[in-house]
Amino acid sequence: METKKIEVPVMADLFARGEKPEYLFWVGCAGAFDDRYKKVTRAFTKILTHLGISYAVLGKEETCTGDPARRAGNEMLYQMQALQIIEILKNYEVKKIITICPHCFNIFKNEYPDLGGHYEVINYVQFLDQHIENGNIKLDATMLGNTRITYHDPCYLGRGNDIYAEPRSILKKLTNNYVELERNRSFSYCCGAGGAQMFKEAETGKKEVFIERTEEVLRSEAGIVATACPFCMTMLTDGLKYKNKEDVKNLDIAELIVQVMEL
Amino acid sequence: MVKQIVFAIALLVTLGVFTYTVLRLISFFRFTKAGFPISDFGKRTRVMLNVAIGQTKIFRHPVMGFFHALVFWGFCVIIFGSIEMVIDGLSGSERSLKVLGGLHDVIMASGDVFALLVAISIVIFMIRRIFLHVRRFEGIEMKKKSHQDANLALSMILLLMISLMGMNAAYIAFEAAEGGTVYGVYPIGAILAPIFSGLAPQGLHFWYEFFWWLHILLIFVFANILPYSKHFHVFMSVPNTFLSRLEPLGKLTNMDDITREVKLMLDPETAFSAPAGDVPVARFGVKDVEDVTWKNYFDSLSCTECGRCTAVCPANTTGKMLSPRKIFMDLRARMKEKGPGLVKNGKDFTDNRSLLRDYISEEELWACTTCNACAQECPVNINHPTLIVDMRRYLVMEESSAPTGLKTMFANIENNGAPWQYSPEDRLLWTDNLEMNVVK
Repeated sequence: METKKIEVPVMADLFARGEKPEYLFWVGCAGAFDDRYKKVTRAFTKILTHLGISYAVLGKEETCTGDPARRAGNEMLYQMQALQIIEILKNYEVKKIITICPHCFNIFKNEYPDLGGHYEVINYVQFLDQHIENGNIKLDATMLGNTRITYHDPCYLGRGNDIYAEPRSILKKLTNNYVELERNRSFSYCCGAGGAQMFKEAETGKKEVFIERTEEVLRSEAGIVATACPFCMTMLTDGLKYKNKEDVKNLDIAELIVQVMEL
Repeated sequence: MVKQIVFAIALLVTLGVFTYTVLRLISFFRFTKAGFPISDFGKRTRVMLNVAIGQTKIFRHPVMGFFHALVFWGFCVIIFGSIEMVIDGLSGSERSLKVLGGLHDVIMASGDVFALLVAISIVIFMIRRIFLHVRRFEGIEMKKKSHQDANLALSMILLLMISLMGMNAAYIAFEAAEGGTVYGVYPIGAILAPIFSGLAPQGLHFWYEFFWWLHILLIFVFANILPYSKHFHVFMSVPNTFLSRLEPLGKLTNMDDITREVKLMLDPETAFSAPAGDVPVARFGVKDVEDVTWKNYFDSLSCTECGRCTAVCPANTTGKMLSPRKIFMDLRARMKEKGPGLVKNGKDFTDNRSLLRDYISEEELWACTTCNACAQECPVNINHPTLIVDMRRYLVMEESSAPTGLKTMFANIENNGAPWQYSPEDRLLWTDNLEMNVVK
């Protein structure tokens, strides 16, 4: 099959040429640095390119939104990050932001407005669902061989922001064999990494949170557990490894779409 | 006339004690901080109708939720009967709301039927509490007193319902024996009335009076026990849903004090135009009861220790020390301990104890994943994660205390703008050799 190279547009370059993209694609720290999650960023970029979306990334100018610092209680550090970012986005006249990471999504959508940063913030799951609904992305439920797929709700998409329908609508178009986990939607069980837990050792207990959730995934007997958050992906992929169940795949929704579309 | 005087005295004592209790609680509220402003009354009313009146969150556990809803809706109906009893007691009349005609029949009939439904539900609750081992009723915060508290409230409600049904049954039997008119419709009373068969009208009247007084005095006593028990939620939960935090669960509250400081740091120019810093800076975050918002304290008074929050907490269910229920029980208990001292000696009063450490340990606070399962589950819309983060804010910003991993994460964000140790120069490495198939 014919391939083409993707040149990811960077905001500063576009601005130097006097161009202004419609969307800022916020890559996020995990999207830029985590080896596993970089694949998700690449997958979503393919979809953006395929759809001919006018977008750019901040590239080297991007920095942490301050989310983990804020949830760990370091409001000072969070606000320093946030106010700097708001200044950068102001210079580029950013109006619309697409994020993959639900934590970045939540903080831009709900928390930056308190500091004067007002944007239209779209999570990639909503964005993908929209383009599937209006026919720009065509999916075939038989392409994955009707593999049984289940979905783990990230807390900051689900309970945090009431996004439950879109990921399910997408996954049901990717397979005719979609199953729910026992605890799903607003009843969903955390992967264990939120609230800055990702960066510290867990307190002493009788079990790790990610093991508890992984066992639930295994009980669903799904071949693929779809996630929509970098932290959830780290936790569940680790869980499957720990349980020696690497035949069960943990893939991001964007990766599944790219597979089916053969991008 | 004697009956009216006795009743009026009982009512005055009840109201007097109740007013004392409420004023005492209000005096504690004076030491809490401002929270969010109360606006958006339309939305608040909808939340209250939905969560409190509609019992939507209680129904997340459908079976036990159903029985709780019966009890709640029963209270909503039976209260009209109680109002009638107060009017009767003061005026010396009988069934004074009969002026409402058909509506009176409907109110009395539903109150009578609900009395039985509530009694059945309460018996189920008691069996569950006493004989079945329900995990969410246990935990380090659930002391013997918590269980006694629950059983006392359930016993009182059961007695209230028995006395109500007894009153209605004796009323029907008495009027039948006297050939008088029964005002209102009492389906359960009619079924139970034969219990009193064989008694003379005087005997029937005695039982009617007995249950009448038992019922109303139990209400008076119950109303004054409630504020000192977890069952204060009978009064607090409906207003608490009205006063809900309306923001998305994912959102944390901004600290405006910090915004001012950070803006000064980022733009020193404004430092000269800023007012002189003679106002003492308030403590960052929450260490003790005077640092919490009025809403946090209101939440703590609305908690009935059902433990639905703790039962869904990922930290708690995997054996960590954190229990969201305990956080609010601790806040309530600490205010009970420190509040009187604050009232007596003013806001600078200290007893060398604090909510943090003497009640809530750092280990509990650091175990939270801010997943919001607790806040989602709470049937009266208590918000636990915001208080937990506020306590973390105190630890980090006032004491520089945090687990090592988090300190490293802070340092990384400060130094290289990412929670991990990667250079910003490498932010575009993911784009290397990025190719895609060209789909025809």
